[in-house]
Amino acid sequence: MKKSVKVYALSTCIHCKHCKEFLDERDQAYDCVYVDKLTGDERKSAIDEIKKVNPGLSFPTVIVEGKVIVGFDKIEIERALED
Amino acid sequence: MDAKELYGKLKAFQEKKGYFFNSDTTMVMDLLEMLLVNKERYGHMACPCRLASGNYEMDRDIICPCTYREPDVAEYGACFCGLYTSKEWNEGKCPHRVVPERRPAEKVLAGLGLD
Repeated sequence: MKKSVKVYALSTCIHCKHCKEFLDERDQAYDCVYVDKLTGDERKSAIDEIKKVNPGLSFPTVIVEGKVIVGFDKIEIERALED
Repeated sequence: MDAKELYGKLKAFQEKKGYFFNSDTTMVMDLLEMLLVNKERYGHMACPCRLASGNYEMDRDIICPCTYREPDVAEYGACFCGLYTSKEWNEGKCPHRVVPERRPAEKVLAGLGLD
């Protein structure tokens, strides 16, 4: 069964882009939130959510079925997807 | 200015300082394009891989080349976004790993007025 994946990203971030391409190549569906495109309360609540799992507030922050991977760490993402 | 022009403008100058563009030219051109996107939307070339505020003073440490480039290239051979690398990194003489964020989260929050 495919896992649920969430990607907190920036629309200009190269590692976020590479991360999405990696998931696309694997045919893995994901929900992507471009935090730089959000404004007001929407942005605030996204930042609050990221802070809870990645206090460094960096991008991409990837969540695979509750497992958090900070940055585009291919090996870690792969591992989480295959777990 | 387009990414190609920006590339030409920066290359020799940065190389003299010991910072080289990543050997992955496609990635470099993408990053330079994104720097120009940020220049357009914020008025300054904030790092494309970081959440900028648009406030020059608050974003100062992440305006490319950012304050963290020096320690990042010294420690990991590449800066956070991967635009600049060391010669050794480009030659494959040091491991290519994910560069962790060095910028304190407080700065991101302060810039956005969320601290």
